Amino acid sequence: MNRRLLRQALPFLTLAVVLAATFYVQPRTMSYFGLNLMLQYAVPIALATIAQMFIITVNDLDLSIGPFVGLVSCVGATLLLDNPLLGILALLALIAAYGAIGALIHIRNLPSIVVTLGLSFVWLGIAVMILPSPGGKAPDWLKALMTVQTPWVPFPIIAAIVIGVVVQLALMYSSWGVIARGAGGNPKALSRAGWSMLKTKVVMYMLAGFFGVLSGLALLGLTTSGDAHVADRYTLYSIAGVILGGGEFIGGRVSPLGAVVGALTLALAGSFLIFLRISPDWQIGAQGAILIIVLALRALVTYGEQKR
Amino acid sequence: MSSHAIRLDGVEKSFGAVRALAGVDLTVAAGECLGLVGHNGAGKSTLMHVLSGNLTPSAGTLSIGGAPYSGSWTAAAAQAEGVRCVFQELSLCPNLTVAENVRIVHRSLKGLGWKNRARALIRQKLDEIFPNHGISPDDEIADLAIGQRQMAEIARAFTVTDGALRLVILDEPTSSLDAVTAQQLLAYVKTETARGTSIILISHLLGEILSTADRIVVMKDGKTVADRKAADFTRNSLVAAMGSEAREHRRGEARKASEEVMVRAQPRSGGTASLEARKGEIIGLTGLAGHGQTRMLLQIYERRQAEVTGKLAFIAGDRQSDGVFNLWSIGRNITTRSLSALRKGGFIDLAAEERLAEEWKVRMAIRTPDVDNNILTLSGGNQQKALFARALASDAAIILMDDPMRGVDIGTKQEVYAMIRAEAEKGRTFIWYTTEIEELTHCDRAYVFRNGAIVASLGSDELTEEKVLQASFAEHAA
Repeated sequence: MNRRLLRQALPFLTLAVVLAATFYVQPRTMSYFGLNLMLQYAVPIALATIAQMFIITVNDLDLSIGPFVGLVSCVGATLLLDNPLLGILALLALIAAYGAIGALIHIRNLPSIVVTLGLSFVWLGIAVMILPSPGGKAPDWLKALMTVQTPWVPFPIIAAIVIGVVVQLALMYSSWGVIARGAGGNPKALSRAGWSMLKTKVVMYMLAGFFGVLSGLALLGLTTSGDAHVADRYTLYSIAGVILGGGEFIGGRVSPLGAVVGALTLALAGSFLIFLRISPDWQIGAQGAILIIVLALRALVTYGEQKR
Repeated sequence: MSSHAIRLDGVEKSFGAVRALAGVDLTVAAGECLGLVGHNGAGKSTLMHVLSGNLTPSAGTLSIGGAPYSGSWTAAAAQAEGVRCVFQELSLCPNLTVAENVRIVHRSLKGLGWKNRARALIRQKLDEIFPNHGISPDDEIADLAIGQRQMAEIARAFTVTDGALRLVILDEPTSSLDAVTAQQLLAYVKTETARGTSIILISHLLGEILSTADRIVVMKDGKTVADRKAADFTRNSLVAAMGSEAREHRRGEARKASEEVMVRAQPRSGGTASLEARKGEIIGLTGLAGHGQTRMLLQIYERRQAEVTGKLAFIAGDRQSDGVFNLWSIGRNITTRSLSALRKGGFIDLAAEERLAEEWKVRMAIRTPDVDNNILTLSGGNQQKALFARALASDAAIILMDDPMRGVDIGTKQEVYAMIRAEAEKGRTFIWYTTEIEELTHCDRAYVFRNGAIVASLGSDELTEEKVLQASFAEHAA
């Protein structure tokens, strides 16, 4: 039973190790300002990771979340700025589109990987049509929100905790969350108990769309201008974040708090590697190595658990 | 004044050309325990799925509480009307806790404190049905043994929140339970019917049906062929009604065993006694369910601290999770263990593969028009036959069986028993974990397990239910 605890603590331990290593290499990061700077980009990554987690909960995978976040940032830097009402409607339409995709995938029994891979090009195409080259401007309220100076604890940390706790409560503790996770664990059992799998999937996809929109807006608030390609890496970051946080690809086993911690770890690992003066070319590989080490550790823990 | 809980009139259901239900009339009175028996493919499962709202019948009417049900009879409607079903393959979400699984069948468990209410609900019901169950409401299903999962699911079906419980359908409820918990359940069935709940009990263990049910309905070829008070049936008349003749169990006459030892292993989970299997022997592993028998089989299969001479094959008992490849054809499912033998120049010899599948389809009498059909087109018993064919078609000299007859009908069982005997005569060794004491009569020798250790070794002349139970419970009896 200690091993189960250990497995759940693994994401947090990983974060602690990466944080400690960063502080060791660059002690000046151990300050309000340092943490703020290092972690501010973790907020949109954490939101995208949560979006991905909703999809993974129902045994699907979203390969379009990165370009989707990019598209949101383009919409935010143009439509939302010029005509807030139209901008909000456009963002709502994007969330509805996610729901429709969920319905399509469920009804036609399509592989989500294929559908979302195709969609990633659709999102990118629309984004490039809106903003052919990086530009536009973030609404002032977004910029203000993302650069707010909170007392004592830097804003990114507060934001991450709030996101993690809210989603944790909703998915892990509410009676609704049980149905959502059950849909990943045993869809047949759920429909036998009279629940609509279609409804569940649509809701989960729309939640993913909602958090994708939040991620795009948060990113826009930091970059202050829109760019279709700004979040291309987010697709893999978000998947890695969910897995790093203790989630599994199938079976409805996810951890929202873990996912947020996983996203923070990935963002920190980027900074850490920069402090080590590892060239950006190697960074992706180095991040992959971190991921492999953590997953290997988890496999070891799980193996030991089964052996007992 | 017949107050019936649920009634079907002329219900039909066809899947393509197959007529699974050919006009079934069935009435379940309030507070009655109805036993339902029949061969695999007789239509019992289809009938249960119709009753629980998971299949819409092609024709016929369903009335509930005396009035025809208007509107469509869906799973949600069945839930709302207090009709619950414990399906043969477990319907729990493995990633959720026991309490969370309770929430899935109770829409009213929501809002603040729902989890505490769910915990209390299932704990109370588990305590009532299975005293000393050892299950905590916060245990994740995936961490429970298969018997405990079944206990949790059964208890869940009997929990009540809003709306009265009308009918509970138990489809092979004791298939993964040991003798003690099975008895607890059957006793509880009587308590529950006394409270006015109706219960449909489906089981292949005729003794269970005869002792528990008030009335027994026999199904055959999609129709009900007999419907009488349980007291009017005997074991033989019941089997006769199902359409297969009752055979006297053949006691394994002591055959002279070969001297060649194929397997020698000592359970890693405890004890000093070890297991030995000689060439051509059928060795039984018994005792209460979940006392280390499966672990023993796996230990032999993985050759950990076990001397094994010869190739091994494993027949899983949990078809759904360990046995069949859902997406493959029947043929592929049979040949997968023999692929290396079917190689020609680095590729699979498709013609030979086809021949092998055909041969074993005939030898095991798997009921299908075409081995290229998907494995799931077969009934449960025939799927299990395909798994037997997989092992027997292979080059394995030692066959390990993990309670493979779970929920298999009597006709199929008899066919498979004969097959096992014949293969043993040819020199194959079988190590057979079984939860049904009757099956031990086919074994040459049996080892009784308790708490992971071998506590007794019984020869074929000592293999009686009494002896096995004695050894299983020795510690508690003192």
